[in-house]
Amino acid sequence: MRRRTFLTLAAWLVGTTSLTRATVIHNHVPWAPHPNSPPEIARPGPWQFFTLDEARAMEAIVDRIIPPDPETPGGKIAGCAVFIDRQLKGPYGSNQGLYTLGPHTKGTKEQGPQSALTHADLYRKALAALDKHCKSTQGGKSFAELDAAAQDDVLRKIESGEVKFETVDAQGFFSALLKDVPEGFFSDPIHGGNNDMVGWKMIGFPGIRYDYRDWVNRHNERYPHPPVSIAGRADWTPAKS
Amino acid sequence: MARKLPRKDVVIIGLGWTGSIMAYELADAGLDVIAIERGPWRNTATDYPPGYAADELRYRIRHELFLSPGQTTFTFRNKMSEAALPIRSWGAFMPPNGVGGGGVHWNAETWRFLPSDFVLKTHLTERYGAGFLPGDMTIQDWGVTYDELEPHYDRFEYLCGTSGQAGNIKGTIMEGGNPFEGPRSRAYPNPPQDQPFGHTLFGKAARELGYKPFPQPSGNMSRPYQNPLGVRLGPCTYCGFCEWFGCGNYSKASPQTTVLPALVRKPNFTARDNSEVTRINIDSSGKRATGVTFVDASGDEWEQPADLVVLSAYTIFNVQLLLLSGIGKAYDPAANTGVVGRNFTHQTISDVVSFFDPEKFVFNPFIASGAIGMCIDEFNGDNFDHGPHGFVGGGYVGQVQTNGRPIETTPVPPGTPLWGAAWKKAVKDNYQSAIKPGTGVHGSMYSYRDVYVDLDPTYKDRFNRPLVRITMDFHDNEIKQNKFLTDKFAEIFQAMGARQVHKEYRKAPYDITKYQTTHLCGGAIMGTDPGTSALNRYLQSWDVPNLFVLGASAFPQNAGYNPTGTVAALAYWAADAIRSKYLKNPGQLINA
Ligand SMILES: Cc1cc2nc3c(=O)[nH]c(=O)nc-3n(C[C@H](O)[C@H](O)[C@H](O)COP(=O)(O)OP(=O)(O)OC[C@H]3O[C@@H](n4cnc5c(N)ncnc54)[C@H](O)[C@@H]3O)c2cc1C
Ligand code: SF4
Repeated sequence: MRRRTFLTLAAWLVGTTSLTRATVIHNHVPWAPHPNSPPEIARPGPWQFFTLDEARAMEAIVDRIIPPDPETPGGKIAGCAVFIDRQLKGPYGSNQGLYTLGPHTKGTKEQGPQSALTHADLYRKALAALDKHCKSTQGGKSFAELDAAAQDDVLRKIESGEVKFETVDAQGFFSALLKDVPEGFFSDPIHGGNNDMVGWKMIGFPGIRYDYRDWVNRHNERYPHPPVSIAGRADWTPAKS
Repeated sequence: MARKLPRKDVVIIGLGWTGSIMAYELADAGLDVIAIERGPWRNTATDYPPGYAADELRYRIRHELFLSPGQTTFTFRNKMSEAALPIRSWGAFMPPNGVGGGGVHWNAETWRFLPSDFVLKTHLTERYGAGFLPGDMTIQDWGVTYDELEPHYDRFEYLCGTSGQAGNIKGTIMEGGNPFEGPRSRAYPNPPQDQPFGHTLFGKAARELGYKPFPQPSGNMSRPYQNPLGVRLGPCTYCGFCEWFGCGNYSKASPQTTVLPALVRKPNFTARDNSEVTRINIDSSGKRATGVTFVDASGDEWEQPADLVVLSAYTIFNVQLLLLSGIGKAYDPAANTGVVGRNFTHQTISDVVSFFDPEKFVFNPFIASGAIGMCIDEFNGDNFDHGPHGFVGGGYVGQVQTNGRPIETTPVPPGTPLWGAAWKKAVKDNYQSAIKPGTGVHGSMYSYRDVYVDLDPTYKDRFNRPLVRITMDFHDNEIKQNKFLTDKFAEIFQAMGARQVHKEYRKAPYDITKYQTTHLCGGAIMGTDPGTSALNRYLQSWDVPNLFVLGASAFPQNAGYNPTGTVAALAYWAADAIRSKYLKNPGQLINA
């Protein structure tokens, strides 16, 4: 074994597992009194990955993928762009843990994506190309400046392959959106999206309530309790007296 | 240079289900045992407590409990004529990593195979004639029978506290159980789990159609349970965060909740985590393993000498270590020679997604557990006459809806746009009244000459060793089988009153990006002839008798059930052979 490969392994392990050192376990359960892998909670605040222009485009996009309606807010208010921002800043954005060694050859559909781009690079390039495309075809307007119908039209043309980008696979970007935006709408609010659990309330998903023993036998009755997140519920926090 | 550690009686590679069972059995026999595990130690209380275990993004979507492809992956192609490319992010299956292995995040669907599954080649040839089987199909008998394994299945079910309804106790058919199962010596240790609404509807409709539905045997506890090793499990709360997740309630049978608490207290057992075995070492005769070499998390290389080596690293890693260590002759499909890599199989999973009237049906799909389901077994194995249908094999079909987690399970009727207002409305309208069974059709995949694994000529892992290359495609037999099962399954949903039933057949070519199951089988198969199998009927290597290879890599072909019941029964069967035969006279247990 060459020393260099060892170092790669060590670096990999430090980045991704809760126990970073190999341990020898003998005659005891290696139980530590404090949790060693609590979740990472996305903090509110400024954009961490997107530039202001990119963020404007993203907020417009997520509101077209999941538009607002009278009962439920759309992707923007739900925080889908914030969710994607925090994801792209983190391990997902840098393709951490994926197999990234070359050669990178385009294969069959059944062999799966082979691109050398990270998710972060894909968004960066695609958002730039999107604005460039809009400005050259829509009288100098960026995507965010278009009205909803025109935005839908651009997105539909990307989806169908009619609009292509020079620098990056436009359809590949659209597939990423169709995966990432609903994730932001439906994942636990601790990740920055699903604000106020709007995605869960829309469908009647109770979140992480965890115990349905009283309910498993109550057939065809609607479960009545509102959702709970890993961070709890706002109305469980006692009001200051 | 690797530093040498003190010799042990036994070294176990991988501390998942089979490694834990074997470690316990051999430590119990008084041997000095060490287990070396690639991933980290994992505890219920510290790694997935109820307060944050239910994080769909973290565990289901980002796969936190799994092996990262960056650490090791495989290359894949459909045909021998194509160039294989790396699986860069997981798709069709997802390999485990860490103490407990797949037992941490499995569903705990706990099945036995049919008696005929173990003598498949003989059985099918006798019933239909040799000409009925496709010419390139390479199915074989196992070399072990159902009756021989029965006591070991029983041990595993009692270890796990399996919840279920027996269908056949010592030849007496039991009402409400699976009438097709092989005779069992006693009932399950726990009664079946309660069934949510959609599942009971399925049972009712199936019964009305003349089938014999029964609750799927489940390793999710229907009540508190103490197992024969004195370890306690708590009742399942139907949380719906089971498959892909660790159970924060100690309610799912896993090595952590059944064996490890008893095992780690044995003074003659040691585990090393975050340490990957890179090679099984062989002496100059080529017929004796001297131990293993592994690399720990700091990148240091160690040699662990041992008298007995147990390889229990999961199907595809078992084959990888055999190939990289030069043990047994590698399979060559062109010449049809060699045994290691041969008879690799996966599964034919398909689905029927059904949409009911939202005014009349509220399913609360989030009330679920990993293994909850109502199934029928009429179309599994050779439970029905295949003569008129022109294919062999089968599977169970069932309403096995394990979750209502909204990133994964928000089905919309076919034809709905993929985004926008119409999509959003369809998600909202159908969430409570649609049924999307996870592994609704759970079908067999038999073995073929051109489906196998070997070492990739191009792509390397982080140790600069070749990746394992998978060459896999579906054959006509499996496509026909899947269509038949999926159609039968859809009829039951129609009878339940669905207003729209959408069949998602499994089609060729095999697609590495679509999740099926992590039920990979074969590659280091057991059998009676060293010319066509890598292991004898006790899972002992024909080439290196002090090496035993556990796991589904031993299956000569896949059956229409989840594998772990059989994987564990074989581990107990091998442990029994080691304890009662091998230790008295270490050497080949079978003369070829
Ligand atoms: C999401 C999911 C759901 C499943 N659901 C079911 C189900 O409901 N029913 C069912 O029957 N089966 C199910 N399975 C399959 C089940 O998990 C496996 O059959 C079972 O875990 C196999 O046991 P094993 O001991 O062979 O391997 P594993 O449990 O995978 O253990 C192998 C261990 O070896 C370690 N290892 C690998 N390589 C090395 C190395 N080089 N050095 C050191 N350590 C190594 C791994 O990290 C792992 O911990 C499921 C699997 C998955 C992934
Ligand atoms: S469904 Fe039951 S067994 Fe599964 S994780 Fe939840 S409580 Fe545990």
